[in-house]
Amino acid sequence: MAILVVAEHDNQQLKAATLNTVTAASLVGQDVDLLIAGAQCAEVARQAAQIRGVRKVLHCDAAHYADQTAENLAALILSVSASYSHLFAPASSFGKNVMPRVAARLDVAQVSEITAVEAPNRFVRPIYAGNALATIESDDPVKVVTVRATAFAAAEMGGSASVEPLSASPDVSKVRVVGRELTQSARPELGNAKIVVSGGRGLGNGEQYRALLEPLADRLNAALGASRAAVDAGYVPNDFQVGQTGKVVAPQLYLAVGISGAIQHLAGMKDSKIVVAINKDPDAPIFQVADYGLVADLFEAVPQLTAALAQ
Amino acid sequence: MKILVPVKRVVDANVKIRVKSDGSGVETANLKLSMNPFDEIAVEEAVRLKEAGIASEVVAVSIGDTGCQETLRAAMAVGADAAIHVEADTATQPLAVAKLLQAIVAKEQPQLVICGKQAIDDDANQVGQMLAALLDWPQATFASRVQIAGGEATVTREIDGGLETLAMPLPAVISTDLRLNEPRYASLPNIMKAKKKPLATVSPAELDVDIAPRLKVVSVDEPSVRQAGKLVSDVAELVGMLRNEAKVI
Ligand SMILES: Cc1cc2nc3c(=O)[nH]c(=O)nc-3n(C[C@H](O)[C@H](O)[C@H](O)COP(=O)(O)OP(=O)(O)OC[C@H]3O[C@@H](n4cnc5c(N)ncnc54)[C@H](O)[C@@H]3O)c2cc1C
Ligand SMILES: Nc1ncnc2c1ncn2[C@@H]1O[C@H](COP(=O)(O)O)[C@@H](O)[C@H]1O
Repeated sequence: MAILVVAEHDNQQLKAATLNTVTAASLVGQDVDLLIAGAQCAEVARQAAQIRGVRKVLHCDAAHYADQTAENLAALILSVSASYSHLFAPASSFGKNVMPRVAARLDVAQVSEITAVEAPNRFVRPIYAGNALATIESDDPVKVVTVRATAFAAAEMGGSASVEPLSASPDVSKVRVVGRELTQSARPELGNAKIVVSGGRGLGNGEQYRALLEPLADRLNAALGASRAAVDAGYVPNDFQVGQTGKVVAPQLYLAVGISGAIQHLAGMKDSKIVVAINKDPDAPIFQVADYGLVADLFEAVPQLTAALAQ
Repeated sequence: MKILVPVKRVVDANVKIRVKSDGSGVETANLKLSMNPFDEIAVEEAVRLKEAGIASEVVAVSIGDTGCQETLRAAMAVGADAAIHVEADTATQPLAVAKLLQAIVAKEQPQLVICGKQAIDDDANQVGQMLAALLDWPQATFASRVQIAGGEATVTREIDGGLETLAMPLPAVISTDLRLNEPRYASLPNIMKAKKKPLATVSPAELDVDIAPRLKVVSVDEPSVRQAGKLVSDVAELVGMLRNEAKVI
């Protein structure tokens, strides 16, 4: 039984969720290999070789993997899949895009966004926005699985796996990447920040969101997040969205400011260690999941909080 | 150009479901069922492409029990021209759905399939990508902007780091994200008109697709629920709690 983990990276750095995925894979078996496919990504392969628990790193370098299109990556994964009983990837927008293509070509089911490994063929995954947990068994010859990063610890560094070159598959993609607008931020990444400050419709508009929440996030060295309503209204970019259909976070501290706490939002943050809610409506459902609730006007409470943290 | 739009009938997004006490699944009896919200967005996008003169016909497909016909009528009430109901009693898993859709594509010959990125019941996020793979078509998942011109689709996608824009030749599969559009409501006259639009039914056997589930559901359990904590009276008390009790700052 060997497991291939498809690494997520940007040709320069490994994305953190890869480490959590390695941990999930290690619960299946000892022989965990990592696939690094990209363009001029030797540095990423070197980083990956240091992940504890990795047996070997397959490094495939070719120009047509630069953009990580689903078509080309799926073809490459299929070219090595015969050596593996399990194919794992993070349940990020990257993994979600690629892995079902692989599963369909192998004529096997995919198990999406697992939160626990109970046996090599048995996994737990949330359904209905996390309101139910399904335990799923797969008897398919290859298990194609995506992993919810927040449910598994990050694998540690300090290992020394070998790096083996892997030959590229032919370029099969008809897709061209014609633009990319990546959110630039000096803040920690939303997916693995220790503290997340999230704002909702209660902030009123983008200026107020930034004026109130950025100083607070700076003070706490926190990532910024948002509800769908705040994203839809254009306060912040789409990649801030936390929830069933956005990002799933589980920080040590999650501060929900002017967020009502709809089930779809809770699906993305209810595994946080400590939840704080600031909302002027005492009946807001967010208070049902908050460890500490403050019923207050956020326009008064947030500046006070930022000031108090400076002391 | 014909557009195919798969629409799933799911428990309405505003309903909080309960897990069956015997752990066999989710209690769905007597709950409000609606079109999967991402599929409403998909239908809207297809109808707009038709209104813009880019598409000539929009066909909605739903796989499931007879209740799906109501969902298909809803799709036709907002502008789909025709509908296909694939009759299936068991809950079809994404791979089987993708295979059924592949068979429908072979019959209908659409140039574009627009589906939802995720069904809000199984939260699988698989069907569009699987269908694209089976058809060997390019895919653009999580779309927030779609432009079709000169036999090419240009699609902006919502990805974890921001936005990415892809260009690809048709035929292709696109899956919708929340920001693509705001679906319209059906008017009463259009609801009446939808009743007269063609709705065909077909069985998985007629499409020659085996829909036997691949994944076995061993049990469905209630997640652990968070307990409500305490209300604090002011910011000073909150900061004290975070520092001294929770010790998270
Ligand atoms: C298919 C689907 C997927 C979805 N996916 C997601 C998702 O991934 N993530 C997500 O977040 N949502 C998602 N939603 C939307 C979700 O249902 C809610 O509509 C959304 O979370 C509401 O955002 P909100 O809490 O910011 O806004 P609202 O519900 O409008 O709440 C605003 C809150 O701000 C408070 N407030 C207002 N002014 C002040 C003030 N001055 N001081 C203090 N408090 C104030 C109000 O009391 C209120 O509780 C999804 C919905 C659907 C149908
Ligand atoms: N039973 C079904 N009938 C029609 N379309 C479906 C069905 N199941 C899934 N789909 C389509 O596939 C998309 C993704 O579903 P899923 O992969 O199950 O999360 C949905 O948004 C629908 O567009």
